[in-house]
Amino acid sequence: MESKKTCTGPDEGLDIKDSSRRNFLKQSTLLTAIALTPGTAIKAAADHVDEQFAAVFEKMPLKMEVNGKQQSLSVEPRSTLLDILREQLDLTGTKKGCDHGQCGACTVHVDGHRVNSCLTLGIMVNGKKITTIEGLAKGDQLHPMQEAFIKHDGFQCGYCTPGQIMSAVACIREGHANSEHEIREYMSGNICRCGAYPNIVNAIQEVKDGGMKV
Amino acid sequence: MKKAIDSIMPSSSAGMSRIDGRLKVTGAAKYSAEYTPAGLTYGVLVGSTITKGSITSIDTKAAGQAPGVLAVITHLNAPKVPGDQPEGGKPVPPKGAFKVFYDDKIYYNGQPIALVIADTFERALFGASLVKAQYHTDKHITNLPDNRSNGFPPRGEGTYKRGTEDAWKAAPFKVEQEYIVPTVTHNPMELHAIIANWDADNKLSVWDKTQGVKGTQEDLAHLFKLPVENVQVHSQFVGGAFGSALRTWPHEVAAIIGAKVVKKPVKLVLSRADMFTSVGYRPFTWQKIAIGATADGKLTGITHEAAGQTSSYENFTEGPTGVSQNLYACPNVNTKYHLVALDIATPTWMRGPGEATGSFALESALDELSYSLKLDPVELRLRNYAEKDPESGKPFSSKFLNEAYQLGADHIGWSERKQEPASVKKDGWLVGYGMAGGMFGAYRSGATIRAKMNTDGSLLLQSAVSDIGPGTGTAMVLIASEQMGIPAEKIRFEMGDSSLPNAPTQGGSATTASVGSAVYQACADLKEKFQKLIGNGGTDKPDYAKVLKEHNLPSLEVVTETGGGNGMEKYAMNSWSVHFVKVLVNPATGVVKIDKVACVADSGHIISPKTARSQVVGGAIGGIGMALMEESIIDHRYGRYINNNFADYHVPVNADIPQIDALFVNKPDPIINPMGAKGMAEIALIGMAAAVANAVYNASGKRVRDLPITPDKVMA
Repeated sequence: MESKKTCTGPDEGLDIKDSSRRNFLKQSTLLTAIALTPGTAIKAAADHVDEQFAAVFEKMPLKMEVNGKQQSLSVEPRSTLLDILREQLDLTGTKKGCDHGQCGACTVHVDGHRVNSCLTLGIMVNGKKITTIEGLAKGDQLHPMQEAFIKHDGFQCGYCTPGQIMSAVACIREGHANSEHEIREYMSGNICRCGAYPNIVNAIQEVKDGGMKV
Repeated sequence: MKKAIDSIMPSSSAGMSRIDGRLKVTGAAKYSAEYTPAGLTYGVLVGSTITKGSITSIDTKAAGQAPGVLAVITHLNAPKVPGDQPEGGKPVPPKGAFKVFYDDKIYYNGQPIALVIADTFERALFGASLVKAQYHTDKHITNLPDNRSNGFPPRGEGTYKRGTEDAWKAAPFKVEQEYIVPTVTHNPMELHAIIANWDADNKLSVWDKTQGVKGTQEDLAHLFKLPVENVQVHSQFVGGAFGSALRTWPHEVAAIIGAKVVKKPVKLVLSRADMFTSVGYRPFTWQKIAIGATADGKLTGITHEAAGQTSSYENFTEGPTGVSQNLYACPNVNTKYHLVALDIATPTWMRGPGEATGSFALESALDELSYSLKLDPVELRLRNYAEKDPESGKPFSSKFLNEAYQLGADHIGWSERKQEPASVKKDGWLVGYGMAGGMFGAYRSGATIRAKMNTDGSLLLQSAVSDIGPGTGTAMVLIASEQMGIPAEKIRFEMGDSSLPNAPTQGGSATTASVGSAVYQACADLKEKFQKLIGNGGTDKPDYAKVLKEHNLPSLEVVTETGGGNGMEKYAMNSWSVHFVKVLVNPATGVVKIDKVACVADSGHIISPKTARSQVVGGAIGGIGMALMEESIIDHRYGRYINNNFADYHVPVNADIPQIDALFVNKPDPIINPMGAKGMAEIALIGMAAAVANAVYNASGKRVRDLPITPDKVMA
């Protein structure tokens, strides 16, 4: 027990020099290389090639369907779905507002359910279907919720909007849009700092009352 | 354009939708962190963990060796920022903007002490966690009320007097009370972000969150001693700001330094916690108001004192006492404004800067006075209605605040209100009504518009102006559509880029008045150019495409520059607002529920009803946040914010907010600009916090004078 290290946080308890998986991988690739040609290994270490080896081993495969398109990626286990969408797939419609699951700007659908993508590691959605704001419209034909947000001005700056719309669609699908009061409750995980809440409620009610398929 | 129209209360679907609505609902609108120049790298800042002192050592070795890390920048190795260096021979000014990575001094908790740059965001974040600093710690002070005696007057401002000083003391009816507005943080949903890239040794491009690309361009050119034209600033979409992007901040400079070091583009996105320490806030302000009145409710004297916090290294001033000088006709007014320097970052302008703080105190005190006079609060205000500017004696360019009072009172059902507090109960909740007003100067600055008519009949308008959310482009297109007589769909408005024609920074509720005037005049100039082609006798609004084809021209273009405020020397110019609120207060828990809101704006002619309504509704909701929940709390033992996230710093969520009715007097101002339009952003919030506090008193009999009005204070 005494030899077991616990990781208490990103800046404590984790000593990358001695105990990390990365260093184990670096050393083992280095050892393999030394067994082959010592000269190459020294050069490899100097060029940080060992680093590149380790980086490859540290990544994990991730297959997911994003907006109807299969994606085959290699990701670090610590990468969030939000950062993978924004930084690796250039799907920047999904927004980062807090990175702590407190604002809802990063809301996407995973297998049809709304999820905070900042609290979801990429590797947790392996094999799942992801829909982001970019995948909501059918070609040029906007989703009824997108139309309703434009009509009722459900935004000002537009930054929380993709998350609001993804949440709004899910809110109706979940059966949580049966009254103004219920919509407000079930949309309260999505913060809008510009204060478009009444307009958002009006947009959702219009889509709900119109009986449109969402 | 100056149409005399009746007051309006648009619905959420009334009027033209935003020109950029489609981009915003499809995720295609790109904000500053969302560009991908080749070779993009990621920067993460490390903040100081002490509040005052100096760095004695900083260990960057582990960070530097961490996977993917390209550079760790600190004050020890950062390239010098030329504009930060003392000018040859000149003494270093005692106070000024914070200079990032300049030396070992620590002025506030969370101050950037290192920047870690890596090839991915995750690797930069991990690298940043490995930077360890040792400090020499000095005793810090972060608490304003305990240190108010150290206050000092800001340069050239601070005191004002007309008539007799402290005349309120001799009045038969008087109120004297203290009020607190705590530190409130803008917290726009978009985290402040910049991508910086050196295109060449002397050429810089940034994609940056800013309310003014031209202002940022000038700041960066000055700091890095570059020709202005060698700095390109792009800020096409801004995810809210409310004042937080009005100036250039240390993280922007840090990213630019970083890009210089790694010779690659660097993206730096602040964390939500950084947003509390890095981009300003509304400063904690203590106020004391004393008002005297005659038995029939005529004000005889107002004394207004305020002490607002600033940083130790820079003086930030705003005008919290201005509202007492200007809002009511009162012969004797004296005010005093002090700053208190604390070991915190510099505050900045936040929506309704000064006035939002001052109006909470003044409009609360006036409400208190109305109860001692046993006089309806609306009637009290009407009895002290200023027909001309009380400070300068100038006539107002326009003022229809009395109509606004009437509209709001009728709409909220003010006649249902009982003068006796805590006298109405419904379904177990105490019911109360409150009202309060606001004002803000109606400003206008110079702006330039390029307008180009093409052979397909489409009109392109260009301006460097930013849009942080109100719908600037939409309003500009509506102005041009009416002037040119062409449908809005035919008009494109390009903005948010420093290479475009000059526009002022978006702030102070002045964009529509400033840029709108330039659009209006550019359209007039363009039409005149067409008239010259056609010759005499042609129609004012011809078939532009046809004329171009007939003259074998690919397009016709004008660049029009318009000047700043007209008539300021003859008139006092303001926008006005009044907010009416109905609240429910739970007598067992102290919970306050906002039941109904009617906000009335006297902001001249309404150009774009849909976006104007949203702006007023949004301001009201910001004011509800200020009234009921917003407070950035420092643990003074450590000088550190303890609620620097959206779980602990409460802002209104959907469940907190009912339908809010926005009404507009909608009477054009004949002086300020050809559209007759006045600003709206600030007045939408100013006064709201007092309206809520006044309603809480009417409902519960509990007067809360230190915001926010949390249940514990209602129950105390």
